[in-house]
Amino acid sequence: MKPPTVTHDLYELDQDWNDEQRAVMLQIRKFVDQEILPTINEEHNNEVLRKDLIPKIGQLGILEMLAEGSLDPVTYGIVCRELERGSSALRSIVSVQGSLVIGCIRDFASAEQKATWLTKLGTMEAIGCFGLTEPDFGSNPAGMITRAEKTSSGFVLNGSKCWITNGTQAHVAIVWAKLDGVVKGFLVPTNTPGFTAQSIKGKWSFRTSDTGMLFLSNVEVPESALMPGAKSLGAAIKTLNNARYGICWGVAGAARGCFEEARQYVIDRVQFDGKPLASHQLIQNKLAWMAAEITNMELMSKRLGELKAAGRVKPYQVSLAKMNNCRKAIEVARVCRELMGANGIHSEYHIGRRMVDLETVLTYEGTEHIHSLIVGENLTGIPAYS
Amino acid sequence: MKIAVLMKRVPDTASVLKITPDNKSVDMANLKFVMSPYDEHAIEEALKIREAGKATEVIVFTVGPEGSQETIRTALAMGADRAVFVKEDPSRFNSKGIAEMLAAAVKTEGPELVFAGKQAVDDDASQVPERVAELLDLPHASIVTKFELNGRAATVEREIEGGSYTVEVPLPALFTMQKGINTPRYPTLPNIMKAKKKEIKEFSLADLGLDAAKLVSGLEVSGMSLPRANRLNKILDGDSTERVKKLLTILREEEKVL
Repeated sequence: MKPPTVTHDLYELDQDWNDEQRAVMLQIRKFVDQEILPTINEEHNNEVLRKDLIPKIGQLGILEMLAEGSLDPVTYGIVCRELERGSSALRSIVSVQGSLVIGCIRDFASAEQKATWLTKLGTMEAIGCFGLTEPDFGSNPAGMITRAEKTSSGFVLNGSKCWITNGTQAHVAIVWAKLDGVVKGFLVPTNTPGFTAQSIKGKWSFRTSDTGMLFLSNVEVPESALMPGAKSLGAAIKTLNNARYGICWGVAGAARGCFEEARQYVIDRVQFDGKPLASHQLIQNKLAWMAAEITNMELMSKRLGELKAAGRVKPYQVSLAKMNNCRKAIEVARVCRELMGANGIHSEYHIGRRMVDLETVLTYEGTEHIHSLIVGENLTGIPAYS
Repeated sequence: MKIAVLMKRVPDTASVLKITPDNKSVDMANLKFVMSPYDEHAIEEALKIREAGKATEVIVFTVGPEGSQETIRTALAMGADRAVFVKEDPSRFNSKGIAEMLAAAVKTEGPELVFAGKQAVDDDASQVPERVAELLDLPHASIVTKFELNGRAATVEREIEGGSYTVEVPLPALFTMQKGINTPRYPTLPNIMKAKKKEIKEFSLADLGLDAAKLVSGLEVSGMSLPRANRLNKILDGDSTERVKKLLTILREEEKVL
């Protein structure tokens, strides 16, 4: 019998990284193995939000580099993949802080706004959240109800936002609101009078993540709260596309984590005449299918990273990978859970948690349907959603 | 003041080890390597002293084959300033030879403090740092759980069976660090990127004026084996009288040792 290869990575993608990328990969993997995996299933079961993780994530320096704009897209992708091998909720903290908040401020904020927030957000001394989705407007953000009205000294904001990651922990919220019918982006410190946030409890998924509702009731902000570059919904969409790029990599990590666990399980578990589960054809067929899908997810992500580094990435390219990778990741997780029989539903293993967390990732930042329509429009020239 | 830290790369403790066909060494092919965990504590302690403004430089020393650069970069990414790398396959030597190489390399820098992990987690020999101290004629204290600089001396707590004792050691001196002395930091991403630009000075045995033939000791490995797998642990239940009876039955009837 041949010894099994060390990973699913039959195409040796991980051998292509340069020395720094490889060091980053191993470092984040170690962080996840030491800080996340030992306790996260219990935290998930008890719906515990680990506040001590925030400074530890800050100390990794990922967000500092994003705030400086010094992290190249592929290395950032590797970071997302390794974080989400631990937990989709963990990767989401970094995606929201890094892509949605820091990314948005870098792209659209004034020099003064950047000076106020970027350094603090980079160390995670300040936490940010991104308020776009509303209770009645998810896939159709253009319908948002949240309004900004001009006053003599600035603006007054009214409305509510829903499903906001980091919502109750945030020090600053990026709030998207219509000013004279046009969507604009505002930077709102969460201690502004009239701003409240409430945690959404009772989730089946993302139980270790802070998901909140934001309520804005006559929130008065100065003129300087408006981000000068965030002049339309397009700015929010552009920001989301950067975050979606990280998701494409991240879910490949979640799938990898499931695969590593299930593969070891079927090699170790003996059934029927003293043979390992892995010796059966049906099991090997599933492993081969999953190795192909994970390789595919990583190749798509890597290619997106190359396009992004070259400044050529287009929204429909990101949509293609977001659509594909999230769906395939959850399918891989479900196959892994099935391979493990009853053990697959127990919190002694990580697969069940990864699987239910992927339910969130499957629909957030654009559902599979919406992304397929963006791809479809580019394949046909015909928009199917308006 | 310079601090030298002796560092060793070891197979990741999570790796599955194989013994070479001659049963005399571990098969190093396809293994993932990491820094020996006690050495992480040594580096952390050195960095803390430098950050407190009491040292100017932290220099990492290692003996290893080509490929050790990755582990050296980890030490540099933690914050060490530079590294001295004796590029030599350590499997040709044992503790005596390695210690002579490290001592010769450390001598080129003349540090006031030499730190190391209390032992490497691969062979667990606990030999090299003490031998280096001897070769450099430095006083040393091992298994240190608390370190404090005290002018031209260091006051340290050493772990001993069931307690600790405190010693004062005049500098220059060598210390080996025990778990618990500190929490080693994670290299940050910016520091991982910066580590690329830090200096790794390479030495061969000839550069250090050493002769491989003279570094070999009389110690020879006669055999190596993996721990027995599939131990059949059995936990006996019942009160203590019942458990003793069951144990005696097993010893008499199953194991037949009584």
